[in-house]
Amino acid sequence: MALDKSEVEKIAHLARLRVSEAESDEVANRITDILTLIDQMQSVDTDSVEPLAHPLDVVQRLRKDKVTETDQREKLQALAPDTQDGLFLVPVVIE
Amino acid sequence: MEWETVIGLEVHVSLSTKSKLFSGSDTKFGSEPNTQANIFDLALPGTLPVFNEEALRMAVRFGLAIGAEIGKRSVFDRKNYFYPDLPKGYQITQLDFPTVGKGSLNVTLDDGREKKIGVTRAHIEENAGKSLHEEFSGMSGIDLNRAGVPLLEIVSEPEITSADEAVAYLKKLHTIIRYLDISDAIMALGSMRCDVNISIRPIGETELGTRTEIKNINSFRFVEKAIHTEVLRQQEILEDGGRIIQETRRYDSERDETSSMRSKEVANDYRYFPEPDLLPIEIDDDYIEAVRSELPELPDAKKTRFCTEYKLSDYDASVLVSTREMAEYFETVAQEGGDAKIASNWVTGDLQALLNKSNLEISESPIEAGRLASLIARIKDNTISGKIAKTVFETMIDNPATVDEIIEEKGLKQVTDSGEIKNLVEEVIANNPDQVQQFKDGKEQVIGYLVGQAMQLSKGKANPGQVNTLLRDKMK
Repeated sequence: MALDKSEVEKIAHLARLRVSEAESDEVANRITDILTLIDQMQSVDTDSVEPLAHPLDVVQRLRKDKVTETDQREKLQALAPDTQDGLFLVPVVIE
Repeated sequence: MEWETVIGLEVHVSLSTKSKLFSGSDTKFGSEPNTQANIFDLALPGTLPVFNEEALRMAVRFGLAIGAEIGKRSVFDRKNYFYPDLPKGYQITQLDFPTVGKGSLNVTLDDGREKKIGVTRAHIEENAGKSLHEEFSGMSGIDLNRAGVPLLEIVSEPEITSADEAVAYLKKLHTIIRYLDISDAIMALGSMRCDVNISIRPIGETELGTRTEIKNINSFRFVEKAIHTEVLRQQEILEDGGRIIQETRRYDSERDETSSMRSKEVANDYRYFPEPDLLPIEIDDDYIEAVRSELPELPDAKKTRFCTEYKLSDYDASVLVSTREMAEYFETVAQEGGDAKIASNWVTGDLQALLNKSNLEISESPIEAGRLASLIARIKDNTISGKIAKTVFETMIDNPATVDEIIEEKGLKQVTDSGEIKNLVEEVIANNPDQVQQFKDGKEQVIGYLVGQAMQLSKGKANPGQVNTLLRDKMK
């Protein structure tokens, strides 16, 4: 399965990655290589194999419903580029 | 052309756990922004999710209440999209192995018809934060207190065929959730939200039409109006030979119309994959049976019991079980007051009117169940008439005295003494010779007038039954 440049652009957009015009051919080739490997894996007969949700054969341990965290807003907001009235500020996003 | 409507509902309910789904942050509503958002909720590198067992128990509780298959093995997945109120860049949800599988709800429609509506599944997922688009010097403000609060997304089968059915389904869902005490489910506060999928097709057609999804409707009434509006819009397009575009729309309640929303992602490509940071969750039959044994009596069962045990009408019983609090209040009044029918009339009548007028929940009622029960007991044993009881009831609202004290203090005790009633009756006969003659001539309905006169004379305290009998006796 080969990938063309427009698909590379779409995936880059979904992942919020900037891929320049010059890079896109090479990126398309590299992803195509990966897809070829996946095609090869797809050819294995897995009819009798249960899908695996996790490589470890153990189950999740559960946590008691208790509030264990305290308010760390001041420290955490010190990490942010911009805040106001307790809010994190980000470039405007309107749907 | 005749059309039929096909509706499926997706309802998000905030589970009322104390802490978040994957972190120990508080979930309290209405706190200062970002005071309940910690390193995991902010997706700082190196943090990992730890699953809250109470969210699982609540989801299983819901599943059992709707007779659903319970997933003994649930798996979490990542749903990827970029939005600033979702710091991780993905939402942890359940795709192929949800905790709650197929179940169903019985709803009663306005015309009394019963309908069973299927629930496809209900899965556990985390809520996103909140974006505020007001003026922050050209920026958007992000509050992550809500990020990570557990949600149960309940997906119905596309078996709903009208706005009325949709509202009946939502109300039933709301009642069950409140009975189970797993969420406040207040639509106005967003702890219950509804997305509506709608398509129409010519009657007789078996293929589904192209659907649109109306997102985040926040009241029962708007769900009803949004459906009516969207169905009409689709009909007009199709009847003009047009085509419906599959898209997400929003409902504007002020203009009563739906409009297209730009989607969050190109073609909603969420690129789901199993969440590597969480292991599958496994539960066994013992766990499920333990949760089942803690289920409260649910509204349908309660209604049936009220009809048989208290001989109530279907209608009265369904009003009383509409909330668990009202049903419990009624049972106390019925048992302590000694008459279920009178109790039902007072709870659904005068008490409900009082609560509506002062905009109170039954749990905040100025008259507690025990006091209303003593009032019913005094009607039942003929100490006071039903009419006088209304006066006592009015007094009880601001007066903390007992029912007996109020009756005593205001001298409201019903006159059952035959001597006193005889005096009353004789006075009425003496004052109304014309009416007495009419009665004697066979005009039966005049008795009502005469009884009324006697009651007025006694200031409502005479026992009307006794007055009636004695009047007839004297006029023979």
